[in-house]
Order: sequence, then C-alpha cells, then structure tokens
Amino acid sequence: MTTFIATIEHVVKGPVWGCQDCGQCVLHSTGMTCPMNCPKTLRNGPCGGVRENGHCEVKPEMKCVWLKAYDRTQDWPLPSSWKDEYNHLRPPVDNRLKGTSSWKNFFTKRDRWTPTGWKNSTDESVAQGVDH
Amino acid sequence: MSTLEHKLMNTTETVFTAEFHSLDGNGLEKAKKYADRFQGWFDGVSNVATAIAIKQLGLEPILQIVCRDKNRLAQQADIMGASMFGVENFVALTGDDVTAGDEPEARRVFDTDGPQLVRLMSTIKRGEYMSGRKIDPAPHMFIGAVENPAAPPFEYRVQRVAKKYAAGAKFLQLQICYHQDRLEKFCAGVRDAGLAGKIAIIPTVVLVKGARPLNFMHNSVPGIDVPSDQIARVESAANPAEEAYLQTLEFAQHALAQPAVRGLHITDFRNDETLERLMTDLGRVRQTTNSSTTNEVKDDHAYSA
Repeated sequence: MTTFIATIEHVVKGPVWGCQDCGQCVLHSTGMTCPMNCPKTLRNGPCGGVRENGHCEVKPEMKCVWLKAYDRTQDWPLPSSWKDEYNHLRPPVDNRLKGTSSWKNFFTKRDRWTPTGWKNSTDESVAQGVDH
Repeated sequence: MSTLEHKLMNTTETVFTAEFHSLDGNGLEKAKKYADRFQGWFDGVSNVATAIAIKQLGLEPILQIVCRDKNRLAQQADIMGASMFGVENFVALTGDDVTAGDEPEARRVFDTDGPQLVRLMSTIKRGEYMSGRKIDPAPHMFIGAVENPAAPPFEYRVQRVAKKYAAGAKFLQLQICYHQDRLEKFCAGVRDAGLAGKIAIIPTVVLVKGARPLNFMHNSVPGIDVPSDQIARVESAANPAEEAYLQTLEFAQHALAQPAVRGLHITDFRNDETLERLMTDLGRVRQTTNSSTTNEVKDDHAYSA
C-alpha cells in the first residue's frame, strides 16, 4: 500500500513539479517550485553563485530554481499562509525518507520530525544566546 | 572571547579580516611566512584546515565550514575539533559548486545548506549536537555567515541576512562586489530592515596586479560580475598595477562608508607591498604585539612582532 501511494505520487508530481521523491515535500512554501532540483539541493534560498541572467551556477542553461520560487511566490495566487512560509528556516533533509510518499509522511506528521538538538534551537533560544 | 567578537560586539571599531592563502605544500613553513605578512594588521584570518596552525602562529583564525564538502556529522566534528584548539570564530558557507574548482569530477555533498549550517553551529554553541546529545561545557563560538550582495535576486538578499541572523549569525562576510550601486542598496536594505547593529556586515575587496585576475574572476568565479568599464580602466591604464591598487582602495573606502558595515575582508592576490599600503591608506596602524585576547595555544614557532 505504501509503495502504491508513493508510485501514484511519483506519477503525478514527477512530470508536473520535477519531484525528486525526497519524501518531505515543501512545494507549498517555495512557490510550488521543487528545491530538490537545485543542483546543490538547497532548501533555504538561492546560493551566491546565481549568474547575472538569473541562471544556475552549475547548469548555465537552467534558470535558478530559487529565482523561480521567489517570482512565483510573489506572482502566483497562492494562499498567504503558504507565501509566509517562504522565509521559514527549513531543516536539513531527513535522508531516510527518500523514495517514500510525502503525502503519507504529511498525514502521519513524519515529515515534520527533526532531531532533538535542532528542535531545541528555536529562534528564541538562539536569540537568547549562551554566554560561557 | 575572540578579538573579532570583542570588537564587533563591545566596541564601534572597524575590523579587518583577511583570506589566508592556499598553502599547497611546505605547510607550516609557508603558513608562518604568510602569518608574518598578516601579523598585526588583522582581527581575523580564514581557511579551513590551517585554522589551528594560524592560531598557533599567533593570528586569530576564522574557520570557514563549507556545505559542499562535508555532511552534518563531519561539520560538527570539525567545529568540535577546532574548538579544542581554541578556535572561536566560525563562518558557515554553502560553498561554490565542485564544478567551479579544479576537481570538477568530485561528488558534491550539500547535506546541509548555509542557513541550516548557521543553525547547526548555534545548536553546538547552546551545548547540544544536532542529535540532542549534550556538550558540556559548550564551546565558546562567534558565528558568522556569508552573502552575495551582487547576485540576483537582489531584493531578496536582505531577507537572507534576516534569516541567517535569526539562525544565529552575528557577522556576515560579503562576496567580492564590483557593483557599488548593488552594495549600496544591499547595505541600505540591511539598515532599513533594522539589522544594523545586530549583524556586522563585512564586505570583501581584492588586491590584484592587473586586468587578468579581474577577467578571471568575471569569467570563472561563480557570483562575481566585474563590469567591463572596471576591467578596461585597469587594462588601458599606463600603469595597470598602480591603477588596480587605486581601484581596490576606492572600493574599500566606498564599502567602509556604507551603513551596517563594520569592517573589511581582504583577499590578497598580489602578495606584494600593496597589502601594507592598503591597510595604511585605510588608516590602520599595525599592532606591534599580538592583539589576540584568547591566545591559549602558543609554541616556540609563535611569531613575535
């Protein structure tokens, strides 16, 4: 059943969004642009290597994934709650989820699991700082 | 507390940092030679594997950790290992792609990205590994990141500063920028976002001997665009080496005059007397004693000026 759902998801999201089956989909927060198509698989915005014409440092023929994401977040009629998430700090990918269904992981909340140390590092705890 | 942290957090002094040269053999001997050139001029010097050697030579290292080469386990190990030797300044970089280097056939890692790495560093600074395993005592860390004010999407770059600040970055070294208008807009944006005074902006300038390295950076270094009039200015000058120096000085003075800017990072491709000249022209007085306040690691090779 799990494989069946993953297959359906792959068939739907592959051709439309270039889904890479990371199993922890963030499309809604990136202007419906899959960040796993960035050659550096960056989840938190463009790197400093974007070319003058807005194309990718690694693949000069391709527009930067994050420029696309930025433009679409501004221009597309997406829910404002999705647009607000654009600047959220997305955690490092859980590599164990590769190839699994992000739909299933969404409903089981598995895709929002992060390691304890990461979870404890909230904006507040970081801002508070630690002085040794 | 590192000198860099002290100056940026407790004073209004302008700081100067420098890119450490690639050693390529004769490691410690060459490191000492370069350290002697930098000694007394800078508040911090950066490179990955040589940070500990730099520390032992009496300079203050700024350790760059790059997402390209190491996964989250190796990054945490590097931070802990360097901390053991008293390294306190850390900079998180996404890093140029492997295809931009001289071994483009290598596998790229990017297990984390720049903002994630900043948060990972903050986690260690709080006294935990990412897993949640405790670190007691937590290492003292002064965390920074990088940004490119001259790469599209320009208006979004300031939001990235805010993101990195929220993740725990206290200073931000900038990519070399040959577009003064872009640097001006970026720094004004940082100020308008209320981030001046919270995160120290440190632009980078490069010392070059002529037009060739300008062309090289323009054509081969990701994220650096050198306008043709800036290249032509050096190329057509009667004395290109002198013109290149004056160009660097101008860019340095312009950068230091921008809002939110707290210092300058210098990359020296010339390896000649213009490094001293630049520092002097910028009003820097060479320190006669080691200015580091946390120089626990010293040995017989330590440079004394």
